[in-house]
Amino acid sequence: MEFFLQQLFNGLAVGGIYALVALGYTMVYGVMKLMNFAHGELFTMGAFLGLTLLGTFAFTEVLGPFGGVFVLILMVMGMVAIMGVLLERVAYRPLRNSPRLSAIVSALGASIFLQNAIMLMYGARFQVYPHGILPNTPISVFGVDIPLLRILLFVVSILMMAALYFFVQRTRIGTAIRAAAIDQDAARLMGINVDRVIQIVFIIGPALGAAAGVMVGIYYGQINFTMGWIFGLKAFTAAIIGGIGNIPGAMLGGLLLGVLEAMGAAYISTAWKDAIAFAVLILILLVRPRGILGERVADKL
Amino acid sequence: MNKKVFVISVLLAFFACFPVLFSNPYWIGVLNDIWLYAILGLSLNWIVGHTGLFNLGHAAYYAVGAYTAAILSTRYNIPILWLIPVAGAAAGLFALAVARPIIHLRGDYLAIVTIGVGEIVRIALENDIFGLTGGSNGIFGIPRPEIFDMRLRRPWQLYYLIGGFLLITIWFFYRLEQSRFGRALNYIKEDETAAEGSGINTAWYKLAAFVIGAVWAGMAGTLFAAKMTIISPGSFNFWESVLIFAIVILGGAGSIPGVILGAFLLVGLPEFFRNFADARMLFFGAAMVLMMIFRNKGLLPPLVRKYAGVPRVRGGDA
Repeated sequence: MEFFLQQLFNGLAVGGIYALVALGYTMVYGVMKLMNFAHGELFTMGAFLGLTLLGTFAFTEVLGPFGGVFVLILMVMGMVAIMGVLLERVAYRPLRNSPRLSAIVSALGASIFLQNAIMLMYGARFQVYPHGILPNTPISVFGVDIPLLRILLFVVSILMMAALYFFVQRTRIGTAIRAAAIDQDAARLMGINVDRVIQIVFIIGPALGAAAGVMVGIYYGQINFTMGWIFGLKAFTAAIIGGIGNIPGAMLGGLLLGVLEAMGAAYISTAWKDAIAFAVLILILLVRPRGILGERVADKL
Repeated sequence: MNKKVFVISVLLAFFACFPVLFSNPYWIGVLNDIWLYAILGLSLNWIVGHTGLFNLGHAAYYAVGAYTAAILSTRYNIPILWLIPVAGAAAGLFALAVARPIIHLRGDYLAIVTIGVGEIVRIALENDIFGLTGGSNGIFGIPRPEIFDMRLRRPWQLYYLIGGFLLITIWFFYRLEQSRFGRALNYIKEDETAAEGSGINTAWYKLAAFVIGAVWAGMAGTLFAAKMTIISPGSFNFWESVLIFAIVILGGAGSIPGVILGAFLLVGLPEFFRNFADARMLFFGAAMVLMMIFRNKGLLPPLVRKYAGVPRVRGGDA
C-alpha cells in the first residue's frame, strides 16, 4: 500500500508537468486545429533559459529559495512567450489558409529547427541544474514520506492550471478564446479579433510550457536538448486522452497519464514506461476517439 | 525522340556507368544511401502522396522488415536476398494489424498514432522483445547478399543491387499509379466523400495502400540489413521517419521524380556540407518551414490530371 501511494504521488507530480505542457497543445489545437510540434521545444527552451538565468542572477540568494524560483519561472515564462509569438508569426500565420498537411510539416520543421538551435547554443550534452535550489525534506502524507519537491511541483502545476481555467472561463479574452475555438469565422463576425486570440494562445501555451520546463530542470536536475520531444509527445497524448481542445481534459489527461506511467513503471517494467503511454493513446483513440472529456472539437470535419 | 524519354535515358546511362567512371567508394556509398532512401520515399509516397494518410512512423515497417531479414538470415542461414519477400510480408502483416483499427482516424490523429506505433516498435526492439532483437546492441554479423555465388561486399556491387531494386520500385509504383487502384486512390485523395458516394470502398483502399507502402518499406529494410551487416534500434527512430516523410514532402508528394529528387537533396546534399554537420538539421528544419510557406506542393509536384482518373465536374469524357 505504501509503495502504491508513493508511486501515486510520484505519478501525480510528473502528471502535473504533462498537464501543464498539454495545456499549450490543447489550446493551440482548440483554436487553430493544428498540432504544434514545436511546443515541446519551447518547453526545452524554458528549461535551458532557466538554467542560464540561474547562472546569471543569484535569485535564490537574494529572494530566498521560494521567491527566487518564483521570479525565475516568471522571467522564463515571459521570454518563452515572446518566442511563442514569433513562432506563430513565422511558421504558422503564413499557412493559416493552406492545406493541413502543409501546416503539420511546417510545425515539424519548426520543431527540428528549434531543437537544433538549442543544441548549437548549449551543446548536445546533458546540462545539470544546481543541486538543492529548493529544500527537499520529506513530508509525511498518509503515512508515506513524500519529498517536498514532488508536492511543490504538483501544487504549482495545479495552481497554474486553475488560474488558466479561471482566465478562460471568466474573462472577456477567455470568452473570445472559447468562441474562436468553436468557430473562427463566426467569432470574427461577432467582432472578435481572431489574430489577437491566436496570439494570446501562443503567449499562454508556451509560457505554461516554459514553466514546466524549469520545474522539470529543478525536479530531475538534468536537461538535454532532446527532452522536449518525448515530453511534448506525451503531453500531446495527455491532451488527446482528456479530449483535445478541452482545458480540464488536458489537466485530467496529464495527471492520468503520469499516474498510469508511474504504475506501469512500478508494476510492469521501467524499460517499457514510454511504450505504455503510447499504448494508452492508441487504446483511447480506438475506444473513445474524442477523449474522456472531449465532446465537440474532435468531432468537426 | 521524345524529350522525356531522352532525359530518362541519359540519366539511366549516367548512373549505370557511375561506378565505372568514378571509382571512389565513398561517393558510391553515398549514392547507395540515396537509392535506399529513394525506395523508402517511394514506399511512403504511396501512403502520404497518393492516399493522403499522414504516416509519421514509416521507420517502424522498415524496422520490421530489416529485423525479420536479419533474424532469419543469422539464425537459419537463409540467403538474405531470398528473404526480401518474407520481410516484405512481415512488414505488410504488421501494417495490416496496426492500420486496420486506426485507418479511419483523421489526418493529425493518424499522424500522432503512427508516431506512437513507431516509438512502441523502437522500444520493443530496444527491450529485446521475445529475446530475438538483441536489445540496444541490435543484431550483427548479418551475412552479405550473394548472387550466383558472388558475395556482394563492395560498394559498387551493392550499388547495382540497390539501384536495380530502385528501378523495380519505380516501375512498380509507376504502374500502380496508372492502374485502376491508383486512380481510385487519387479520387479518394481529391474528395473522399464523393469517392465514397460513387461506390468506392474508401476504408479498404486506404488500408490496402498503407499495407503496400509498408511491404515495400519492409523489403527496403532487408537491403539495409544486407548493406550494413549490423542493425540496431537507433537506425529506426522517429527522426528516420521524419527524414523519409520530408523526402516525400519536399520532393513533391505524389510524384515519383519528385521523391527521387527529395532523396538526392536530403540525403546527398548534406554530404557536400560535412563541415557544417552540426548545423545540418537546423537548415533542414528551416527548409521545411520555408518550403511549406512558398512552395507547399514540393519541388517537383505531380502533373495534375495527366491521366484521366478524375472526371471534371462538367464535361470531360471520363
